[in-house]
Amino acid sequence: MVKAKKKPFEEIKQAIEGYTRVLNIGCGGCVSVCLAGGQKEVNLLNLQLNAALSGENKATRVDSFTVERQCNEAFLTDLDKVVPRYDGLMSMACGAGVQLMAERYPDKPIFPAVNTIAIGVDRQIGIYEERCRACGECVLGYTGGICPISRCAKGLFNGPCGGTNNGICEIGNEIPCAWQDIYERLKAQNRVADILKIKTAMQWQNQTRRMIVQDEYAARYEDKK
Amino acid sequence: MSDSRLAKILKSGQFAFTGELGPPRGSNVGAVREKAKPLIGMVDSVNITDNQTAMVRMSSWAAALIAIQEGLEPNYQMVCRDRNRLAMQADVLGAYAHGIVNMLCLSGDHQQFGDHPNAKGVYDIDSIQLIDMVRKMRDEGLFLGGAKIDEPPQMFIGAAANPFAEPFEWRVHRLAKKIEAGADFIQTQCIYNMDKMRAWVRQANDMGLTEKVYILAGVTPMKSLGMARYMKAKVPGMDVPDEIIKRLQGVDKKKQADEGIKIACEQIEEFKEMQGVAGVHLMAIEWEHRVPEIAELAGVLPRPEV
Repeated sequence: MVKAKKKPFEEIKQAIEGYTRVLNIGCGGCVSVCLAGGQKEVNLLNLQLNAALSGENKATRVDSFTVERQCNEAFLTDLDKVVPRYDGLMSMACGAGVQLMAERYPDKPIFPAVNTIAIGVDRQIGIYEERCRACGECVLGYTGGICPISRCAKGLFNGPCGGTNNGICEIGNEIPCAWQDIYERLKAQNRVADILKIKTAMQWQNQTRRMIVQDEYAARYEDKK
Repeated sequence: MSDSRLAKILKSGQFAFTGELGPPRGSNVGAVREKAKPLIGMVDSVNITDNQTAMVRMSSWAAALIAIQEGLEPNYQMVCRDRNRLAMQADVLGAYAHGIVNMLCLSGDHQQFGDHPNAKGVYDIDSIQLIDMVRKMRDEGLFLGGAKIDEPPQMFIGAAANPFAEPFEWRVHRLAKKIEAGADFIQTQCIYNMDKMRAWVRQANDMGLTEKVYILAGVTPMKSLGMARYMKAKVPGMDVPDEIIKRLQGVDKKKQADEGIKIACEQIEEFKEMQGVAGVHLMAIEWEHRVPEIAELAGVLPRPEV
């Protein structure tokens, strides 16, 4: 799922200081799961913001509202009655949620309170690892289920570079070499032959905004045209 | 065919000897000329590095043109870190148009090593895809996108190999992929672990790879014990055995540089006789002025006229 991390407190506070009534909108989806922007995080952030802002004699006050999912308009209707009371909006959803809010309330300034980081997996409570960059051209079948784009620092497609250091990436930080892992896994599965073939240049699918239309549903929209 | 002198020497079966020149961190033309001078007549071709260690320097093709003016034949290095496929192909055309006929296709050190650690790394294509692209431009006269090239660039295509990085048994397969992609010659990582180098070359011989590609063994003389320790501990993919450290420890500090050159010359002697090795690539890092002395001691002079 999408993983996000709260922005630095000062950055959030400065962004909303010029507004009197701000609504901080949480999301019950991915950002809630990764403990970045669900109801609990919205309430906690607002407590801290209101305390800090009143301590500085600022007029800004922040209220809370958490929707089930900010990336689907069906879940935003309850907000329509509430939003007009505010002169500024803040969102703790991922970048998609922030943008859908901005689209729905185009006259309201909106500020993100989290940085959207990655599509990743849960390791421990509060610890997540990036796993996918949504390139749109999945190669995991060829690489033993290990992503060379998100896990190799150079996004290589043809095996480990010369910088791999006893199984660790040349950039250090104890990051395992993705291609060493790919090699070991394929070797264990007797599939090294798969990566002996040259993988030709990637035809990048993520360089323009993508619209995803599932084949099974395409017909119903074509009919409407 | 390209008019590369390096290609002619290798194809004639003579032992090649290449050098390296790192462009300056500025537009100091004099600095390039100074580094070029001691290399004239000493090497068959000189690698011009491309933002090595991810530090901004004078562009590789520009320094290569200055090297040509000085009478050297450049080996134009290109890394995948800084350019996408459009810029790379444009630079290959431009470089060839100005008389650059050799190039070395590399992944490049990651940007986090350098002084712009948060630059966006491009890596649109990888080093093997770059080799394949330059081969396609030359042999098929086509851009990667498929369109026809008006006067295809006839590059002599080089690639790097690191016989020491893990997993060792993969390394010869990576070499095979680079050859299949179109590499004409290979320059290896700096070699200190001769046992591993011998084993890797033997594998390449057994697989028939050395009949398809010219392997130039990478040699970097140790300037000091400190350098040897640094390379052992800090440089990714470098394999410095303890016996090298011990040899440098065994001589007076003032003699360490001479001992480093002696070790390098012993290696070069062995490479001259090693089946499957076609030459030596000398990477005398910031030691260009000592290349004549090393070339003399290594017995690779005079360089052949071709």
